[in-house]
Amino acid sequence: MSTDERSSQGPHRRADPYAATDSEPTEGTVFTATGQDWDDIVRSIGPAPEERIVVNMGPQHPSTHGVLRLILELEGETVTELRCGIGYLHTGIEKNMEFRTWTQGVTFCTRMDYLSPFYNEAAYCLAVERLLGVTDEIPDRATVIRVLLMELNRISSHLVALATAGMELGALTVMTFGFRERELVLDVFEMITGLRMNHAFIRPGGLAQDLPPGAVEKVRDLLDLMPKRLRDIRLLLDDNPIFRLRTEGIGYLDLAACMSLGVSGPPLRSTGLPWDLRKSQPYCGYETYEFAVQTQTTCDAYGRYLIRMAEMEESLKIVEQCLDRLVPGPVMIADRKIAWPAQLALGGDGLGNSLDHIRHIMSESMEALIHHFKLVTEGFRVPSGQVYSAIESPRGELGVHLVSDGGTRPYRAHFRDPSFTNLQAVAAACEGSMISDVVAAVASLDPVMGGVDR
Amino acid sequence: MTIDGSHGQVDGTTDAGRPDDDVPAPPGVVTPGPGPEGESPAREDRAIVTVPGDDGRVEPIAEVVGTKTGMFGIDGTGDTSGYGGLVRTIAMPRATRAPYGGWFDATAESLGNALAAGGIAWDDAIESVLVDRGELTFFVRRHALLDVCRRLRDEAELRYEFCAGVSGVHFPQDSGRELHAVYHLLSITHNRRIRLVATCPDADPHVPSVVSVYPTNDWHERETFDFFGIVFDGHPALTRIQMPDDWPGHPQRKDYPLGGIPVEYKGASIPPPDQRRAYS
Amino acid sequence: MGIEEKLPSGFLLTTVEKMANEAHRASLWPATFGLACCAIEMMSSGGPRYDLARFGMEVFRASPRQADLMIVAGRVSQKMAPVLRQIYDQMANPKWVISMGVCASSGGMFNNYAIVQGVDHVVPVDIYLPGCPPRPEMLINAIMELHEDIRNRKIGAHRRVEVGEREQLALTAVPTSDQRGLLQ
Repeated sequence: MSTDERSSQGPHRRADPYAATDSEPTEGTVFTATGQDWDDIVRSIGPAPEERIVVNMGPQHPSTHGVLRLILELEGETVTELRCGIGYLHTGIEKNMEFRTWTQGVTFCTRMDYLSPFYNEAAYCLAVERLLGVTDEIPDRATVIRVLLMELNRISSHLVALATAGMELGALTVMTFGFRERELVLDVFEMITGLRMNHAFIRPGGLAQDLPPGAVEKVRDLLDLMPKRLRDIRLLLDDNPIFRLRTEGIGYLDLAACMSLGVSGPPLRSTGLPWDLRKSQPYCGYETYEFAVQTQTTCDAYGRYLIRMAEMEESLKIVEQCLDRLVPGPVMIADRKIAWPAQLALGGDGLGNSLDHIRHIMSESMEALIHHFKLVTEGFRVPSGQVYSAIESPRGELGVHLVSDGGTRPYRAHFRDPSFTNLQAVAAACEGSMISDVVAAVASLDPVMGGVDR
Repeated sequence: MTIDGSHGQVDGTTDAGRPDDDVPAPPGVVTPGPGPEGESPAREDRAIVTVPGDDGRVEPIAEVVGTKTGMFGIDGTGDTSGYGGLVRTIAMPRATRAPYGGWFDATAESLGNALAAGGIAWDDAIESVLVDRGELTFFVRRHALLDVCRRLRDEAELRYEFCAGVSGVHFPQDSGRELHAVYHLLSITHNRRIRLVATCPDADPHVPSVVSVYPTNDWHERETFDFFGIVFDGHPALTRIQMPDDWPGHPQRKDYPLGGIPVEYKGASIPPPDQRRAYS
Repeated sequence: MGIEEKLPSGFLLTTVEKMANEAHRASLWPATFGLACCAIEMMSSGGPRYDLARFGMEVFRASPRQADLMIVAGRVSQKMAPVLRQIYDQMANPKWVISMGVCASSGGMFNNYAIVQGVDHVVPVDIYLPGCPPRPEMLINAIMELHEDIRNRKIGAHRRVEVGEREQLALTAVPTSDQRGLLQ
């Protein structure tokens, strides 16, 4: 405010810089209507200037797929500009991992992308094993079970993607279908690892423990039941006119857009490019499994939906192949200086170290006791260097950049999360469309905010 | 745990780590001094530890980047174990002597030709080449980063179209080269991966932004700025992305504390993870 | 006994307090405040297997004005804390808060710069539910505990007295680190 205006006000107004003056009221232009002159006033305004509204689809919203803040600049119903505000779930996991041993890092990284915890664990453990140089010494049984768990996780993750996409579009039955099917997969996880989510089961060197008796039969029962359930979802959605109207042509990202924006996973494959790290840069023995990379050519949300359904069906094939090639054997690396020592068993008072293992370390072998103590408290040391290890998670390329300084803790663990990069593309996919299309496009890119914010 | 209170070991080899191998620093190792103003010191000036390969494999040359003292992260008289006087040097692999083996040589040659075609000398752009754990890393001088990236993306034999993002690493004791910006590039055409590392000192944390070459790095550079304070010159909108907009400090730097609080139990209180007695 | 015997059949007598509490308890509408992994378990408990609809709670209101219960499900970051408080303030009385999971109750495994170490720093919490993440059955147990609390809740003048007593208890309570002795 200029000094002239300030001095022209009364003494009680001098202190308040926001108070309205006669010429500058706080709420825009003021019209004084004296009666029967309304038409004159409207005519005097002239043609209405373009109304641009900035709307905040705030972090708490049922349709933004998590704590995502979308700042939309609207012209009517059309979105002219879209910006994302993220960081509402930033947990500092990467920094926290610098203060824990290499094995304890698994429990942290598993909670990043919380819908595909096995992928976070597997990516991290593959990176640790590459730094150690022991990638070839991981037992076959451990690798096969890792693939089994990862593919089952792909199914459960895609089911949640479908369920939440359906819920955000208003199709609540899809949500109940998706979560019902997901419960079947979580039952298998609970039997094998003990937990429904955030398992911390895949550890550097192998797995925390072997499959319990009855697990293989349970997975085979799942393989019988799941195709029928997936077919039910397909019957509901594939030719559903409302679903197709809401998703066809929506969220368009062609190959140039995907490559320049670094988008990977189903959105990239919906452009027609068959890029899948399981086929192109195989890890965990994926080159020995028979499955097909699913692509579509429509580059839209409907194509991504079809890809996810087909990927679930391919995952079931891979799970069956895993079960067929399971042979008895160890699930932890033979090198006693790295292998996680604890053997867990269900005792009278719950899950804990098996009594055989305790008898072994207390009465039979001093070295075993020392190894157990040192590995659990101090952890193993990893030679210095850095690696980047990438796997194909349900959302795209999940990469782990791991730096070691030769100690018992990661010096720096950075996760290149696919949701973080894919979410960048939502502006390119949605600007120019309607608000309801924004919801459908975000749902089709399937960002998980835990991975975006870490 | 103090910043330099943890320990590591001199190790440039690739065999599996053995616990408690107290390899003392080989004779002739000099801790690195500060480099000339504004630029990373030339490689010859820095302390180099050469570790012989044991089976004829190409072994990287490691470089000392810092030291760790003590075993349990306790300073002073709290640690009576006798390990308090332990001093370990941290050496990170920094370079490999040519030939590198496999397709690494062809890539380095293509990049060299592409740079030469643009009138850029190899040593002017690339500090060193490292082959470690089956991965190729170029340590790029930061002023040449954009030139290198453009050629890596556009040359037919290179075609690294996909950038998997940039992340930061902070080495507080490696004076002159404290902050590393690490770029991971993927070539879908040739099905290969490489890594670029651009270093900058804490005093002048500027790295050119590669958003003009790889637009995907927009958010990644914002995140690296948010967590490390590396300012990417030329970025369209460099603001904080994960932390609140007015957050002070850059959280993932090594001089930023973990920030936890003591955990209360009935009758006791445990300090937060970065202040506990712990192996390091 | 008493008056009920003398009235013609078909009447039940109760107190306004019990009626109001029964109404609150039987259709407690949760506000959608799912943040992270616990949110997925919360959605699962709304799903077909662990059905929250049997408690009248399947309708997760997005608008806090229409919600009674805020289940803070997941880790609350420093950036999210003001949003949490704003949503809580926008809810109409009576309102309850369940902090679901260890991250919401105490910061959980993330004792660092980014996470609020317990949402009771931001909003008053009625039920703390540990777990990482808690199973849907555990969430339903917490909700049923809350139902019991609501059943025993007082209204009106009695409520003001009750609140005053609780505040006095809290002000004179022994802090956790001063509680000594075996098996506390």
